[in-house]
Amino acid sequence: MGQVIDESPTAEPRFKARGVDKHFGPVQALTQVDLDLYPGQITALCGDNGAGKSVLTKCIAGIYEIDHGQFFWEGQPVHVRTPRDAARLGIETVYQDLALADNLDIVQNMFLGRERLRNGFLYEDDMERAASKTLADLRVTTVRSIRQPVASLSGGQRQSVAVAKAVMWNSKLVMLDEPTAALGVVQTKMVLDLVRRLRDRGLAVMMISHNLNDVFEVADRIAVVHLGRMVAQGRASSFDRQSVVDYMTTGASSRSGQQANADGATSGTR
Amino acid sequence: MARAEAPETAPDPTAAAQAATLEVPPELVAQSLGEWFRAWLTRIRSGDSGVLPVLLALLIITIVFEAISPNNVFLSAGNIVNLFQQSAVFMVLAMGELFVILLGEIDLSIGYAGGVGAAITVQLVQPSTAKWPWWGAVLAGLLVCVVIGGLHGTLVTRLRLSSLIVTLGGLLTWQGAMLIILGLALSGYPSLAGLDANRQVLYNLMNGTIDPVVSWVAMAVVVIGIAALLWFGDSRRRRSGLVAPPVSLTLIKIVLIAIVGISVVAICNINRAANGTLAGVPWVIPIVLAVFGAWMVLLQRTKFGRYVYAIGGNPEAARRAGINLAAVRTLCFIICSFTAGIGLLLYASYLGGMSGNINGGQLVLYAIASVVLAGTSLFGGRGKVLHGILGGLVIGGIYNGMGLLGLDVRWQFIVTGLVLLVAITIDSLSRRSATSGSAARV
Ligand SMILES: Nc1ncnc2c1ncn2[C@@H]1O[C@H](COP(=O)(O)OP(=O)(O)OP(=O)(O)O)[C@@H](O)[C@H]1O
Ligand SMILES: [Mg+2]
Repeated sequence: MGQVIDESPTAEPRFKARGVDKHFGPVQALTQVDLDLYPGQITALCGDNGAGKSVLTKCIAGIYEIDHGQFFWEGQPVHVRTPRDAARLGIETVYQDLALADNLDIVQNMFLGRERLRNGFLYEDDMERAASKTLADLRVTTVRSIRQPVASLSGGQRQSVAVAKAVMWNSKLVMLDEPTAALGVVQTKMVLDLVRRLRDRGLAVMMISHNLNDVFEVADRIAVVHLGRMVAQGRASSFDRQSVVDYMTTGASSRSGQQANADGATSGTR
Repeated sequence: MARAEAPETAPDPTAAAQAATLEVPPELVAQSLGEWFRAWLTRIRSGDSGVLPVLLALLIITIVFEAISPNNVFLSAGNIVNLFQQSAVFMVLAMGELFVILLGEIDLSIGYAGGVGAAITVQLVQPSTAKWPWWGAVLAGLLVCVVIGGLHGTLVTRLRLSSLIVTLGGLLTWQGAMLIILGLALSGYPSLAGLDANRQVLYNLMNGTIDPVVSWVAMAVVVIGIAALLWFGDSRRRRSGLVAPPVSLTLIKIVLIAIVGISVVAICNINRAANGTLAGVPWVIPIVLAVFGAWMVLLQRTKFGRYVYAIGGNPEAARRAGINLAAVRTLCFIICSFTAGIGLLLYASYLGGMSGNINGGQLVLYAIASVVLAGTSLFGGRGKVLHGILGGLVIGGIYNGMGLLGLDVRWQFIVTGLVLLVAITIDSLSRRSATSGSAARV
């Protein structure tokens, strides 16, 4: 069980995970993980390399099926077994490895698996219009043509397309796995602005980042994973850099107690 | 502190931009024909030459064989029609094989899988055996091909076996099955040279001709229809500000299609008989066009086609998009075998019967060579139905030309092998230059 540093907001979480286990052969990637994601809040998921952040994300996205545990969507128990299940609930994901098909163009990638049809055939004009509107809304203006294959995009442009792909749908929860890892300063700011705009629209947002500047800049809540366990979870204001680093590297922090107490919240076991 | 963000992973913006300039298809950004042409030249220089090499190969083949064939017979109307007929088999097989190659898989068995279907069809129409109506026999043969494709697809997707091994097994198994079916002949060699209507229809698939006037009218209808679709599609996209080619380019495409249509019909309508009259478009040409049109619409205009490309490009991305990979893959194997059934039926029609001597191993290599040499990638995700037509014409041209020179099968094997080697070299070289052009990418 993770250490609860503060009390949860009174609102019901949009998404809850309870007691999630996931193993790959002998590798126990997740052990008894709890996670709460609230609407209108950005939750930063932190953890060292190999901690299990991406595996947790993929479990929620329906890429991997969990071994034990339960997911709750708006309070109701749900099973997410396939990416389609997740999409049906309104869960969208930007994967760490982006998952774009290089040989398809931007429009084709953004609509992959959810093509619009007219008379049974692909309705390209409509998809192109919608895709270019989404990109314009996100101020992704550097691509030369929306019909160019993704192979011809720069790393930052690919990242923008992957983000645009996730927010184009009427999603209720967007998870971004290191969305700024390959980006320059300007594009990083753009993605972080975008993440804030998603929150302001009332979406639940989960963002994985190794960059604590980014985390403290945008996060409302922080959750820290260590060796597949959720070691701390709470309001961002109840953490400081040092405590996050402590949790990430050792799974515990001597400072968080004071922090949490200073915050007037109940501290956990320690 | 764990920071995955290292400065050196940031892409060099200028290099990335340059790579993008090189790789964006010219028609996407060009506003005028001149601009389009310049962008196209840039793209060719960067190694992505599209169908240009295969068109060049066609030109060279034509010039060489016209020059050295006895009495310059290569470009005579009779030989060109014969060349169409021979190429038709390779084209149809290639258009089927394309579906599995787009996935990054391979089907080595199509020669004999299709052979089983054709053998069944030919046997069923024999008056001395089942005496089925031709359409029933064709349906039965193609249905068996569908089952064979479904079997291959299921083994590959459910048991996760390599398609190379599964269809290599198929190559042997279906050859045996074909020989058994042909061995059931109560009539000896199952021939299509009979006077009864059913055998005549099958014989005419390849050899029957369409009345010249009807050919002209049908050609005009088809060309005008395609032209209208292209013209109205492109101008609608231009009007609503979507990505569309310049007007002049749309016009050039339409004119090219019209020229090809008119030339083909004109050549076929020349009397090609030594004495008497033999003129008209052979049935096989509209049959090939029908397969071409159907498979092109399927690949370019439907969800299924989009998923085939997506799986070939990045199967994991396709899976995360919720695509049912096993179903799409299996369907591709089915389409491949089904199309092979049509191809071998045409071959049987060309031979005037079904023989146990057909070389299904060679046919599949011709089919693979056809698409690859026209620009389809064996690594999956890149290729067009048009490649089957153009590549099939090249292979058919070599086959036909060498026949005219009186070179026997030994030399045909060697030349085909060399052509295949050249095609695959081009494929991997263009791939290498495509990746080096964007090496700055993350
Ligand atoms: N498909 C898989 N098969 C086997 N083991 C896996 C698989 N995916 C992840 N793992 C293992 O699970 C553990 C957690 O991996 P995960 O990718 O979630 O790390 P992460 O927290 O995202 O790290 P990073 O910061 O490097 O992205 C690792 O030990 C990894 O080796
Ligand atoms: Mg990760």
